[in-house]
Amino acid sequence: MSDRIYLGAALAALLCHPCGASAASDADLQAIREHIQQLKQSYEQRITQLEQRLQQAEASSRQPESVAPQPARSASANSDNAFNPAVSLILSGTYGQLKQDATIPATGFAMNANPGHEQGFNLGESELGISANIDPQFRGVATLALDPAGGIGVENAFVQSGALGNGLNLKMGRFFSGLGYLNEQHAHAWDFADQPLVYRALWDNQIGEDGLQLKWLAPTEMFVEVGGEIGRGRGFPGTDRQRRNGIGAGVLFAHIGDDIGIEQSWRAGMSLHQTRRADAASDAVPDLPGTPGGVRNLFSGDSHTAGLDLVWKYSPNGNTRERYLKVQGEYFRRKENGLLTYDTAGANATGSYAVTQSGWYLQSVYQFAPAWRTGLRYDRLDPGIASVGAPNAGNVISDYAFNPSRITWMADYSPSEFSRLRLQLARDKSRQGLDDNQFFLQYIMSLGAHGAHQY
Amino acid sequence: MNKILYAFLLLLLGGNAHAALNVFACEPEWAALAQQLAGDKISLYTATGALQDPHRVEARPSLIARARGAQLLVCTGAELEAGWLPVVLRESGNGAIQPGGSGYFEAAHYVAMLEVPARLDRAEGDVHAAGNPHVQTDARNFLPVAEALGKRLIQLDPANTAFYQQQLAAFNQRWRTAIAKWEKQAEPLRGVAVIAQHKGFPYLNNWLGLKQVAELEPKPGLEPGAAYLGGVLSRLQQQPARMVLRAAYQNDRPSEWIAQRAHIPAVVVPFTVGGTPQATDLFAMFDDTIQRLLAGLK
Repeated sequence: MSDRIYLGAALAALLCHPCGASAASDADLQAIREHIQQLKQSYEQRITQLEQRLQQAEASSRQPESVAPQPARSASANSDNAFNPAVSLILSGTYGQLKQDATIPATGFAMNANPGHEQGFNLGESELGISANIDPQFRGVATLALDPAGGIGVENAFVQSGALGNGLNLKMGRFFSGLGYLNEQHAHAWDFADQPLVYRALWDNQIGEDGLQLKWLAPTEMFVEVGGEIGRGRGFPGTDRQRRNGIGAGVLFAHIGDDIGIEQSWRAGMSLHQTRRADAASDAVPDLPGTPGGVRNLFSGDSHTAGLDLVWKYSPNGNTRERYLKVQGEYFRRKENGLLTYDTAGANATGSYAVTQSGWYLQSVYQFAPAWRTGLRYDRLDPGIASVGAPNAGNVISDYAFNPSRITWMADYSPSEFSRLRLQLARDKSRQGLDDNQFFLQYIMSLGAHGAHQY
Repeated sequence: MNKILYAFLLLLLGGNAHAALNVFACEPEWAALAQQLAGDKISLYTATGALQDPHRVEARPSLIARARGAQLLVCTGAELEAGWLPVVLRESGNGAIQPGGSGYFEAAHYVAMLEVPARLDRAEGDVHAAGNPHVQTDARNFLPVAEALGKRLIQLDPANTAFYQQQLAAFNQRWRTAIAKWEKQAEPLRGVAVIAQHKGFPYLNNWLGLKQVAELEPKPGLEPGAAYLGGVLSRLQQQPARMVLRAAYQNDRPSEWIAQRAHIPAVVVPFTVGGTPQATDLFAMFDDTIQRLLAGLK
């Protein structure tokens, strides 16, 4: 800088005093010339240096090394709104076309649950999900089912704690039981428009419980998980103990699973369910005398169910976005033993009753292009042969000699992760002499926070 | 017998018998970075493969089991893993790696995010509120991430502080030299018009000066239909592009379709370590990315 002033002053002096210059001696003139030359050189050098430094500065300013703190992120965290829970809403609707009356249960399963099917255009249950961390220890989840006819059902409402560490996970409240594979999945994640027959007959689509669940994950490289639940026995086959102390139902389950290379993964599980049923009423149960419209029976006794489940998934390169194949199967076997009261409105005869029912399904879903999937499912039930005590030997049907079965095909299209349209056809032979061709169209849409899905 | 019982009890308690720090990396690029910074001081597990779409990973049993024993989780963040990581973390029963804790590391937190949406609406497709999460395509982003990850390793494993410091310094030096080399090599790419199959390259474009003129997805995450691709093709006549880019994990059909009709090359970049046979580590990943882009110019 000082050089520049010096040079400027020298130039100004030269310009202002031209006559003085002429008066100067040649030696003086030479000295001035040399001095100017030196100044010029030094100035040029400095300019070059400056240019270089400017280039370097420009180059380094392109690197975001010193990233400024990003106020945009932290600013929004100041408002109370940021603590609002994640809200998601599932909208779904179905068109169902059936030939037979959907309220008729599968043959041999009249004393079980029969969730049935909706016919014609109907709004499925919209599901409102709210979840958030409560504090560092707990997370809360509520799933409210909005009934199209009005009213709100509490599907799930639980708090969960993973902060126990050591692989322990505790759930308290109302939740879908961890037994089997499909039971924990919400309806919007099902691969078919309805549940397999075995889930419909033995679990009333899916069993929910009010109680406690404790799971423990083993510290091994392979996935090994064991868990137990105790509850009031709210969902079928439980009989919802009200105004009574103690435990109404218990569940034990174990899961193992792993990857095979990068392309395949699997999970296998077994589960046990136990409940004591009290005055479980069933209407329109067919009987040996052939009472028109059936009779009303009551059952009290123990119910033990054991189940096995297996899921295997394959995807080329492990890239599930492009293509994948999923094969799953489950088997459940239920033993019931107790007292049956036949025809409460008429004969009202009570005697011993024991039966072992079972059922299984095998299904496969193939995603053949990014948005397109197709699936096939086969279902089968075995009503078993009941041993009926003497008082009712002439009243209660012990052997139906019929195995309900069904075969189902579906195809669905998912324009994005948040929407799905489905077509489903089923050939239903679950009711003796009442074969049915069933046709369903369905949409499932998800709004708002889209929680991560389970395996 | 007592020994077996004792071993079993140890197993039950989940005690960390071996000294190496267990690191769970969500994507291969962060696994590679952790490897550079920690060498054999960590035992590393990578949750996703290079040919998997990182948006669509399932919460597989194996991931939950591995997360159970992890002491440090290294992920991209910015909602890239929103479809599976929350389930894995919840089911793992591992308090050490939950969000907010010292065992939870999000790379996107340490870099300047691009494409932060002004309007959050699913009608815009699969947009991420925190910005575009594919930060690993700009080599310069690894410097602040490495700095932060080095600090985190020291915090979790102070006994090896000197080692981590030395590794970080060595990585920084090698990486800066490499960046200078890559920038020089990539000089011919500045201002070159390209098409991207998915909005996965804003950081790469920003770094090397590529000019993205079109995407082959009508909205992020949505599959293109024939009509949409036809529209892109006709727009290319007014605004030509030199190549069409896709990440190694993506389906080749849309980019090949455009490439054939517009007579431009379809260029596959590794996108992460292992995406191409050449991309064996972080350095090789960028070497290969730039070589493939330059080859696309010819």
